[in-house]
Amino acid sequence: MTIFLWLTALNAVRVLSRNRLRTGLTMLGIVVGVGAVIAMVSIGEGAKTAVAERVASMGTNVILILPGAVTTSGVRGGQGGTVTLTTADAVELKKRVPLLRETGWARRDVMQVVNGHKNWNTTVNGISPSYLSIRGWSFVSGGPFTQQDLETAARVAVLGQTAVDNLFEPGEEPVGATIRINHVPFRVIGVLAPKGQSAEGLDQDDVIFIPFTTAERKVFGTRFFGAVGALFASTERPEDLDQAVAEIREVLRQRHRLQPNQDDDFIIRTQVDIGKVHEETGQTLTIMLLAIAAVSLVVGGIGIMNILLVSVTERTKEIGVRMVVGATRRQILLQFLVEAVTLSMIGGCLGIVVGILGAQATTTLAGWPTIISLETVVAAFAFSMAVGLFFGLYPANKAAWLNPIDALRYE
Amino acid sequence: MSALVVCEDIWKIYRLGDVEVQALRGIDVMIQEGEFVAIMGASGSGKSTLMNILGCLDQPTRGRYLLRGVDVAQLGANQLAEIRNRQIGFVFQNFNLIPRTSALENVQLPLFYRGMPLRQQRALAAEALARVGLQGRESHYPSQLSGGQQQRVAIARALVASPSLLLADEPTGNLDSTSSQEIMDILTRLNKEQGMTIILVTHEIDIAAYAKRELVLKDGRLVTDRYLAPGVPSLSVETT
Repeated sequence: MTIFLWLTALNAVRVLSRNRLRTGLTMLGIVVGVGAVIAMVSIGEGAKTAVAERVASMGTNVILILPGAVTTSGVRGGQGGTVTLTTADAVELKKRVPLLRETGWARRDVMQVVNGHKNWNTTVNGISPSYLSIRGWSFVSGGPFTQQDLETAARVAVLGQTAVDNLFEPGEEPVGATIRINHVPFRVIGVLAPKGQSAEGLDQDDVIFIPFTTAERKVFGTRFFGAVGALFASTERPEDLDQAVAEIREVLRQRHRLQPNQDDDFIIRTQVDIGKVHEETGQTLTIMLLAIAAVSLVVGGIGIMNILLVSVTERTKEIGVRMVVGATRRQILLQFLVEAVTLSMIGGCLGIVVGILGAQATTTLAGWPTIISLETVVAAFAFSMAVGLFFGLYPANKAAWLNPIDALRYE
Repeated sequence: MSALVVCEDIWKIYRLGDVEVQALRGIDVMIQEGEFVAIMGASGSGKSTLMNILGCLDQPTRGRYLLRGVDVAQLGANQLAEIRNRQIGFVFQNFNLIPRTSALENVQLPLFYRGMPLRQQRALAAEALARVGLQGRESHYPSQLSGGQQQRVAIARALVASPSLLLADEPTGNLDSTSSQEIMDILTRLNKEQGMTIILVTHEIDIAAYAKRELVLKDGRLVTDRYLAPGVPSLSVETT
């Protein structure tokens, strides 16, 4: 039986190569279908990975605590409308929630920054020294400021790459230079490695960091000392995040003296939450693209079925002869099925090439990241084979159940 | 020793709508191994129907057909295919070669469906082609061969499986007289030298004259069953 199968496959290749134009046109549907599947999936995968990278650029196991809505005498303020979080909250959290590796805080404002004759409006962040390590920033030159800088409200600044590009000439060394933020002179002590876009698509490198105390006392001004824009924390392990969030909530509700019937006056988000939202969007996109590609594969399959039906009719007499010399129904069935599967497999191989080229063209022309995984290629190929098998079954069955006497007489 | 072919009261009845067509009405015949039998009759006499039944392409409505003692009427489709593959060789009026397929591959066909290794298939097929005088034409397509040559390829295809029974349905019907002569010579030789049992369907008297025994069908009944005197082939000389 294996010899028969092998010979049948050989025969199928020969039969198909007899009518190359027809074979080519029949395969076209499968080629386009498989190509589309591979290109679409690799675009989807690429987008997903890019989003995952951006989410990862937040840092590792990050918990973000934002001020929430405060209800005063029944009037519900909007989110972030009131300052509810303080540096003291962060210090207390670090003490009372042992799962937290670090806590930090930040407050930001957009300010004009001047270096010599260049000026640039950028986001200035007043932060605790721990903030940079929580968010996973690293340095290309210089280094971070210290706890002492924070305590003495030192006028030192750390610059993101975009800020450097806009404030300094190319080749000029920023570390050691003096810039002015809102007219206050600062010494640049470090330049950060670029992070690229955030998960929301903002340029994370367009930023300047200064000690929190310096920011509130000398640059931003403040309603009361210690009021922050957001708290940050991180855990050692990702699986600790949920437990840590629960404990943070408990501590903060206690500190803010919230009654059990009152809503939280803060919002806690973890990196996992943020990642999930983006993952779901990516998933929807991938599924949609796959559905489109699958439709074209099915259309390709119908093309195969159509041509095979024509072929069965054309070769009725031949089928009759084969039956006369002793082909069983099963062998005839197998022969046409193998032909269908060969057709779709060759189409699938070409489709893989087309898909990979398409994905690469997308990357070069549109600049979208694409990832071609082995699984995608194998799955698309297997699917094209299945299409051949499924749509070949009806014509093959039709051939197998011909009556040999009628088939022989067919003109 | 039992007969190769035994037909016992074979009936074949078709239904075309409300009309019942009795193609065969009780055929009784026995053919021994090594016989050369011609079946004659006008068109519609039932000779093609009988041929299909003898060739295991069709089964009788009633009656028994024993091939080498096996009751064919009891067999399923796969077993019939197996019998056609191993026991029966067919030669048709219009050759029925597979187009755009070389002579050698056409001859290989029965062996292909046995799942025989390719090398062995080729060797046996080449040998069969040589036996009908077509060595050197292995790679020719049917369209590149004359009618007589095509029929010889068909005979080689029938022989390659070493069948016990060769069925020839009007084998010379589409051939000129020279080619007809060649084909009949091959069949006669096969019968004489190798003892091949041959059943030949024809409506031409001079072709039937090559056979040793003549069966005549009329309206689904066997009306004549006689042995022909040797030396009768001279008849064909008169007509040409």
